[in-house]
Amino acid sequence: MSLRLSTGPHLLHKESTQTLMLDVIIALVPTTAAGIYLFGSKAAWVLAVAVVSAVLCEYLFQKLSKRPVRVMDLSAVVTGLILGLNLPAEAPLWLPAIGSAIAVILVKELFGGIGHNFMNPALLARGILLASWPARMSVYFMPVRVLGSTSVVPAGADAVSAATALIRPQGYEVYDLLMGNIPGTIGEVCKIAILIGFLYMLFVGTIKWHIPVIFVGTVALFTWLIGGDLLKAVLSGGLLFGAVFMATDYVINPMLRIGQVIFAVGCGVLVSVIRMSGSYPEGVTYAILLMNILTPLIDRLTSRRVYGTVKQHA
Amino acid sequence: MPKKTTFRGVFINGILNENPIFRLVLGVCPTLAATTSATNGLGMGLAATFVLLGSNIVISLLRNLIPDKVRIPAFIVVISTFVTIVQMLIQAFVPALYEALGLFIPLIVVNCIILARAEAFAAKNTVFHSAADGLGMGLGFTAALILIGSIRELIGSGSIFGNAVFGATFEPMLLAVMAPGGFILFGLILGIINSIVNRIGSRKGAQA
Repeated sequence: MSLRLSTGPHLLHKESTQTLMLDVIIALVPTTAAGIYLFGSKAAWVLAVAVVSAVLCEYLFQKLSKRPVRVMDLSAVVTGLILGLNLPAEAPLWLPAIGSAIAVILVKELFGGIGHNFMNPALLARGILLASWPARMSVYFMPVRVLGSTSVVPAGADAVSAATALIRPQGYEVYDLLMGNIPGTIGEVCKIAILIGFLYMLFVGTIKWHIPVIFVGTVALFTWLIGGDLLKAVLSGGLLFGAVFMATDYVINPMLRIGQVIFAVGCGVLVSVIRMSGSYPEGVTYAILLMNILTPLIDRLTSRRVYGTVKQHA
Repeated sequence: MPKKTTFRGVFINGILNENPIFRLVLGVCPTLAATTSATNGLGMGLAATFVLLGSNIVISLLRNLIPDKVRIPAFIVVISTFVTIVQMLIQAFVPALYEALGLFIPLIVVNCIILARAEAFAAKNTVFHSAADGLGMGLGFTAALILIGSIRELIGSGSIFGNAVFGATFEPMLLAVMAPGGFILFGLILGIINSIVNRIGSRKGAQA
């Protein structure tokens, strides 16, 4: 009988990066479908270009830099898809292409590939696009479904931009906010679809509830404190999409539960502050990016003493 | 490789082997601030070259007269004299550049390349070599600024030296002419140059 000696871990779970990413993609399916339904074929093109160029950039970069090609872990697909969902449907197609290249090459691969990025790649790419082409990125388009049938569009106007529900909350009913009959980016408008994805990820255990719920709860608390419309504040803008799909990125979250709570509260406070007194109507992007940068500090702050103390429940 | 002791050797050393921006990574602050366009980069580079040449020559001439304990204040006085001269010249003859560079012209006084060359080279070498070093370092700095400035201007404004390169449909990437774009591009260029230098180094190592 031969004994094989090896170091731990000895029990391997069949869960891998690939299956995790696949679960995220499944969770994004309702949002993607709702976005394409609401905004029409233009949204489909934006999403397709974002995903294809993200995968292509990762493949080419890893090939050219003679690294193992890890496209099959599907993380580039997730990055591209989330970036595409963060763009307005009327974006010219070079915008998702450049955005995906920035996300994959600049934010992810140059810092060492998957697991080494210090910020959410899709989110930082969105921030860079927002700073570079503000005229393209900060226009909120009304879904074509709301304008009537896609084929019956008034001459000379194939898209109508409108004030985001954040600026004019009284203009939209809660039902419209839930169903996505509001101006916004492809992925952020349909809250029902985002919630279905959230429940799926909770059910299969991809994410825990803490970060999204505490993040959104903090924003709700702040809105209540200043006497705003609580439900509309939560359902407007990119808050739910950001809280569910981007704030929960493992790589740039604190490791311990207590740190994650600090992270989520910080995100919520920053979103509220930017919404109330910033020059941008929405602050989800910058709030999450800022807390991403603070994550190593939160980890250091909340790290438990290893020696000589009773192990606490995390 | 040319010897470091000849005029040509010292001069080339400043441009290539010890390029102040890409190899020594000195003077990053004016580099990022003055490279929003190729023209600004050229202006800042030439102004710094003039100061560097002048201060290197004068400090080298005075090197045996300056007491060691007060050498830094003495160097700064010499350097700021030349900076004042160059500032007045730019203000008088190139007012547009003076407007564009603004505060960064007087700040050449504290440009660490200039003080570093005074301390590390001019205070120990002959006038002849110090002049070569000042000129080489200055032109190396200028070349680096023009390179970064051209790339930032090309991406961020769609032009080089003010001449539009792309058609009217080109939408420039504003980030490139903002501070974060400057940091990102500087990092990328530095990385590319380091990898090229490493490749040359390993090839030489393999031959030896």
